[in-house]
Amino acid sequence: MECCFDPQWPADELLMKYQYISDFFIALAYFSIPLELIYFVKKSAVFPYRWVLVQFGAFIVLCGATHLINLWTFTTHTRTVAIVMTTAKVFTAAVSCATALMLVHIIPDLLSVKTRELFLKNKAAELDREMGLIRTQEETGRHVRMLTHEIRSTLDRHTILKTTLVELGRTLALEECALWMPTRTGLELQLSYSLRQQNPVGYTVPIHLPVINQVFGTSRAVKISPNSPVARLRPLAGKYMPGEVVAVRVPLLHLSNFRINDWPELSTKRYALMVLMLPSDSARQWHVHELELVEVVADQVAVALSHAAILEESMRARDLLMEQNVALDLARREAETAIRARNDFLAVMNHEMRTPMHAIIALSSLLQETELTPEQRLMVETIMKSSSLLATLINDVLDLSRLEDGSLQLDIGTLNLRSVFNEVMCLIKPVASVKKLNIVLNLAEDFPEYAVGDEKRLMQIILNVVGNGVKFSKEGSISITASVAKAELLRDTRTPEFFPVPGDNNFYLRVQVKDTGSGISPQDIPKLFTKFAQNQSPALKNSGGSGLGLAICKRFVNLMDGHIWIESEGLGKGCTATFIVKLGIPEKMGDTKFPLIGQSAAKRVQTSFPGLKVLLVDDNSVSRAVTKGLLLHLGCEVTTVSSREECLRVVSEDHRLVIMDMCVSGVDSYDIAVQVQDRFTKRYERPLIVALTGNTDKLTKENCMRVGMDGVIVKPVSIDKMRTVLSDLLEHRVLF
Amino acid sequence: MDALQLRRQLIEYTAELFSEGFLDEQFTQLQQLQDENNPDFVVEVVSLFFQDSERLLNELAKSLSQQEIDFKKMDAHVHQLKGSSSSVGAHRVQRSCISFRDFCNAKNVEGCLECLQKMKHEYSLVKDKLETFFDLEQQLSTTGGSPPPP
Repeated sequence: MECCFDPQWPADELLMKYQYISDFFIALAYFSIPLELIYFVKKSAVFPYRWVLVQFGAFIVLCGATHLINLWTFTTHTRTVAIVMTTAKVFTAAVSCATALMLVHIIPDLLSVKTRELFLKNKAAELDREMGLIRTQEETGRHVRMLTHEIRSTLDRHTILKTTLVELGRTLALEECALWMPTRTGLELQLSYSLRQQNPVGYTVPIHLPVINQVFGTSRAVKISPNSPVARLRPLAGKYMPGEVVAVRVPLLHLSNFRINDWPELSTKRYALMVLMLPSDSARQWHVHELELVEVVADQVAVALSHAAILEESMRARDLLMEQNVALDLARREAETAIRARNDFLAVMNHEMRTPMHAIIALSSLLQETELTPEQRLMVETIMKSSSLLATLINDVLDLSRLEDGSLQLDIGTLNLRSVFNEVMCLIKPVASVKKLNIVLNLAEDFPEYAVGDEKRLMQIILNVVGNGVKFSKEGSISITASVAKAELLRDTRTPEFFPVPGDNNFYLRVQVKDTGSGISPQDIPKLFTKFAQNQSPALKNSGGSGLGLAICKRFVNLMDGHIWIESEGLGKGCTATFIVKLGIPEKMGDTKFPLIGQSAAKRVQTSFPGLKVLLVDDNSVSRAVTKGLLLHLGCEVTTVSSREECLRVVSEDHRLVIMDMCVSGVDSYDIAVQVQDRFTKRYERPLIVALTGNTDKLTKENCMRVGMDGVIVKPVSIDKMRTVLSDLLEHRVLF
Repeated sequence: MDALQLRRQLIEYTAELFSEGFLDEQFTQLQQLQDENNPDFVVEVVSLFFQDSERLLNELAKSLSQQEIDFKKMDAHVHQLKGSSSSVGAHRVQRSCISFRDFCNAKNVEGCLECLQKMKHEYSLVKDKLETFFDLEQQLSTTGGSPPPP
């Protein structure tokens, strides 16, 4: 370049020099800018307007070229230079115009990019804000979960409430948090729990304040004024602005709200009030998410409280049940003791009562054997009959429990109906004549002479009914009518539950006793047959009796497949007692049942048993001697052994009867019976086995029957009894 | 004393024994069993009873004095005694046996001891009475009087 410079520097050459230099620098700049642009384009791949840059570069290069070529035009230049110069200028002009046109397109785009950038920045800020919010909410959620966990981790009411307040206070950084519970009356709210005050006492507000109603009316947390009575818990420090206060209701659910298939209904009337206060000198406000937190917590507390209430309730119920169990157990044991005592009493009285009775019966039978005048004999006979009746009565009264079990069985035998009624008349006539009552007995023409049934009990029934008639009549007459009941008359409308079934072997006896006595009022009639219930008429209070008579009669009548009822037209109009019982017809009866002790009278009884070989087993020497004497007296040939083993050794088919005393210790007597039976293969060869025992209970009898014994004799054994027993055994080969 | 008076005395004494409960109907039965084939039946049976009872009472006393009381054995003994006394008609002895049995079942040693004393007492009473009774009978038969019916 320097070779082109002219060495002489005139003034206008200075100008040319400066132009020269400027053009040079412009060219330099114009060439370096595209380089920079190219470098820039290369480096930033994202720049979308490359084409523009290329254009711009071309424009600049050409401008630079133009200016460069200009350098040669300052001096005289050839035509080539001029052509090049012109070409360059033309190109430059073209490109410049193109670029200018291009820019018109581009600038709006560039502007919109700027707008978008601004938009994106705003969006980013918004997202940031939302992130912040979400984070806060998540925090809140965490707090709620933690709070709920704390609240629900205990089932104790106080802990729940205390924990709630503490945790809420911590989470929300509260100044004060309090819980107001309704009092028992439901008319006031009492401050029950508070965060800052340890033992809040005495603060109550009436429940019907408008602010409280407002809070109770909605399930949302409600902002209330810090001056309302529920919020004024701390002494106001004057210059500070009290913080905002929010109150929310806490429903107190009861057990009745939780029905089996329903959700708990929130129609409860009882709410507690939870009041939360922000710190007083902060400018904090209640945010929505904080209010939501409070509402959620209030609900959780309600549920936790109700769980606690349910638990309390169930524990109380369980305690109550346990108490009841204990009481029931005690009552049961007492009842058992009472029953045992009663049974013991009955057992002892049984024995005590029977003993004198036996003495009476024994001595009067002794007396009968002596020489007596006819009147004396009659008297003694009456004594015997009465005392035997009394003995039966005692048996029945004391065995009332057996009656009620239904385990009482009738002693069926042949009886003379006419003589039964005659005896009743004999017994009753003296009493009636004392009271100047007339007694009439009507027996129907077809009245059977004999029947099969329980003579003693039948007589007892008749006697009881007639006796009642006499007892309750002060004057007039008693009429007794007895007949065989006809089939159509049996179906009585008055006794709808009685279905008599007459058959070939039996008939129904109908007895009606009418009296002209004091009568019975209609409402008393149902009570007549209940035990111990007596007619409380004052005139009759002293008539004595245990009140058992009719009850026992009813039972006997029922046992005889019959029915008994009493009718009366009212007080003072007398009454009619009627009963129907089933009796057997004697000729057609098959095998009669044998009672336990054997029947007396009306049967042919052997008086002595010569040659009857009996084996007697008894280990008690005294009772062995006695029984042996008894058997010898009856003419038997007796072999005695004192032990089981001896019995088994000695027994042979010669012995027709083995009498075994059951009260022997050691080997079970039943065993021996079985062993003896096993000895003899053929049934007719084996001796009859009879047990001798002091037990009158059914169990012994059943056990004896079970092992195959042929009979049971109950001690004490009289001569007559033994006679009858042996007679029955030999005749029928069985005693059961 | 002549036969008639002795007889009456015997009857009265017998009635007394019965009314005071020393004897019961069973004794009457025993008397009924006495006949020409068996003239001393009652005396024999009663002597057996005396022997048996004395033995059993001694056994009971011995059992109760042991360190380890065998209630089962005592029960068996008293059962025997009860049986004997009821066979003879010694009513009060029999009753005291029943009480003893209850005490024995309840394993009440104090009660048993007390009851045993009672049993011994009753036994000696009835023994005396029966011996007197037999004496009177003996006297009556020696004076030639006919014995009263049982």
